[in-house]
Amino acid sequence: MEDLALHIPTDVIDGPTSLGFALIAVLAVGWCTVAARRGLDERLVPLAGLATAFIFAAQMLNFPIAAGVSGHLLGGALAAALLGPWLGALCVTVVIAIQALLFADGAVTALGLNVVNMALIATFTAYGVLALALKVLPRTRWGLGAAVFAAAIVSVVAASAGFVLQFWLGGEEVGQSLGAMAVAILGTHVLVGIGEAVITAGAVTAVAVARPDLVHALRGTPLARPAATLPSKDAA
Amino acid sequence: MNPVDGLHRPGDSPLHRLRPQVKIVGLVAFTCAIAATPREAVWAFGIHAAILAGLFALARVPAGWVVTRSLVESPFLVLALAFPFMVEGPAVHIGVLTVSEPGLWAGWNLLAKATLGVWAALLLAATTPVAGVLAGLSRLRCPEILLQITAFAIRYAHLTVAEVTQMRLARLARCDDPRFLWQAGALARSLGTVFIRSFERGERVWQAMAARGYTGRLPLEVGPAPASARQWSTAMAVPLAAAALAAWTAATL
Repeated sequence: MEDLALHIPTDVIDGPTSLGFALIAVLAVGWCTVAARRGLDERLVPLAGLATAFIFAAQMLNFPIAAGVSGHLLGGALAAALLGPWLGALCVTVVIAIQALLFADGAVTALGLNVVNMALIATFTAYGVLALALKVLPRTRWGLGAAVFAAAIVSVVAASAGFVLQFWLGGEEVGQSLGAMAVAILGTHVLVGIGEAVITAGAVTAVAVARPDLVHALRGTPLARPAATLPSKDAA
Repeated sequence: MNPVDGLHRPGDSPLHRLRPQVKIVGLVAFTCAIAATPREAVWAFGIHAAILAGLFALARVPAGWVVTRSLVESPFLVLALAFPFMVEGPAVHIGVLTVSEPGLWAGWNLLAKATLGVWAALLLAATTPVAGVLAGLSRLRCPEILLQITAFAIRYAHLTVAEVTQMRLARLARCDDPRFLWQAGALARSLGTVFIRSFERGERVWQAMAARGYTGRLPLEVGPAPASARQWSTAMAVPLAAAALAAWTAATL
């Protein structure tokens, strides 16, 4: 959950690559805005604003993992499960832009790279995995939890793979050790992803039990065992 | 960090008075100039740093504050330290260590440029209030819908953050002892609750807006103020100087 490591600073990735990814980010975020507005029309601004404030709060929730190390969420999978891919990606994009412009976290020239990794890749892969997993798994608390768990791990690893791709395209020449670096980065992010997945799965199932209509991934249908206030014995 | 005010430090320096759109363009141009400076021109980075230090002094931002806030980039410094051991190339000996020369340059490059980039961004964040940044982006033709969402997010972020803090306090007051992995369940459930409350608040806010005649556009007729040509030319002199330095070093090396 070391989120800061993914906010790319100045000139880690060269100019042409940064510019290319900025272009992709602009086009994709524009498309997300259009698609999100189609679902929400004039409710878009207040609802997306509050959802973004929520993602912001979720990211600010620092919790101690071990001595001196504290982590916080990336939020891509959380946004995808609760808000859907379009609105989710839009909200995470706004959070990243706020962090770059108001908190100097991540370079302005790397904004496109950061948005592609953390908002677009993370949210869309999470949604893809979630949609597939929900087709296979039973629609129970545990089924949903497992689907969100898998989606969150894959999203974090996919976001870090995005960075590895950008580094390969426009980063420092590290010769054959690029492979070793990729393995190290992806490996670390599997661990990060497990932490993210535990929290995300817990949060999404908590919402699904109380207000299933607010979980976008469920598409308006409640869980098979609705509103169980106590964990049922047979569900394990 | 306070989401409502960002890192803004109120003041009345020439940099505080500069129009935000000028500062944003200046920041992007300056960051590009830093990125374009060749790594071998070590002294050029000294000049870039001196320019930024001068601007911080002009804006009356204390050095200690800048250093503390720069820690945001520390994870990437680990990568900078790893480069000398990772990159292949001719080796050099420093004491007991054997490191690769291109790796040392790569590490230095990352360290210098990331630090200067963060400093430049901190200068904008310190001298510009949040509303100013949004107004500046609006002058620069950033899509209105994104700015409105951002404005709402910033306005309500303090509420959601306070709610998360409150919930944590409530758990502590009920003898919860949040530690290591055992806190994950409670943390996740409180996040779920905060989401439901945020979404419901969003719906209430929309209903209140609709009741007051909101149809998808904010009825703002007053746009943010334009910047004078003098402001533009004075402010752009700084990134232009940095860009000239980058171009000159790139040509001579």
